Amino acid sequence: MTLLITVFAACVTTVLWYKKAPDDSMRLGFLCLMYWGASLMWMCDAIFEYKEMGAEFFTPEVSDMINDGFLGLSVVALGMIIWLAYLIIKDPKGIVKKMLTR
Amino acid sequence: MACFLVPAGEAIVTTVLTKAFKSKEKAEMDPTSEEVHEAVSAKLPFSKKLSWLNNMLWGGSALLAFEHVWHGEVVAWFPFLTAMENHDEAMAMLHEMSTVGVSMAVLVTAAWGVMVLASDVIMKKQELEDTAQLQEIKTGDSE
Repeated sequence: MTLLITVFAACVTTVLWYKKAPDDSMRLGFLCLMYWGASLMWMCDAIFEYKEMGAEFFTPEVSDMINDGFLGLSVVALGMIIWLAYLIIKDPKGIVKKMLTR
Repeated sequence: MACFLVPAGEAIVTTVLTKAFKSKEKAEMDPTSEEVHEAVSAKLPFSKKLSWLNNMLWGGSALLAFEHVWHGEVVAWFPFLTAMENHDEAMAMLHEMSTVGVSMAVLVTAAWGVMVLASDVIMKKQELEDTAQLQEIKTGDSE
């Protein structure tokens, strides 16, 4: 579930990045790569888990699914917080600088 | 358990490499020579490509670290990893790091390799198109 939610987040941000490209003033490329990196890592984890559990991997308990779903959403939220912090620190449009010097 | 530490370790190495490549590229670029400047700006610098890998490794490791905190495998007090509290679990953690962790780092690096290859092919194709266009203009002028 966590992997699935992160992959969806990666796909959505990639589409948004592509729509805005070549303008990357919102640093969406950074968010894309972060989600894709996490997705690939969880995919690797899932492959190892599948190797261990077999077909049981595809039929998780409802409580596990809910927990993993919450985790997935929290991961997406954390990714966005990291991206926002990066955006404000880098300040590619100079908005924060302008606000502070006004 | 602590598989994210392997890609995080790789991220440290690639960050150092990126900084080194960036300063090398800066030193190589002589602003007084227009020819060199054009050649450099037409090609995507390697430090830029490495920064893609950095973002994937750091971002992925940070999000995976959060997952480990969620599952209670990483804590705020020493030794920070709950698996380090007993020998058997520590061995299992090391085994996981050497299998899952290394595979994660390899998979992300392979994906980055594909990205770099694709970008090189696109750039080369563009360069060939530009050269062909230039040649067409030149032959049109001579006629």
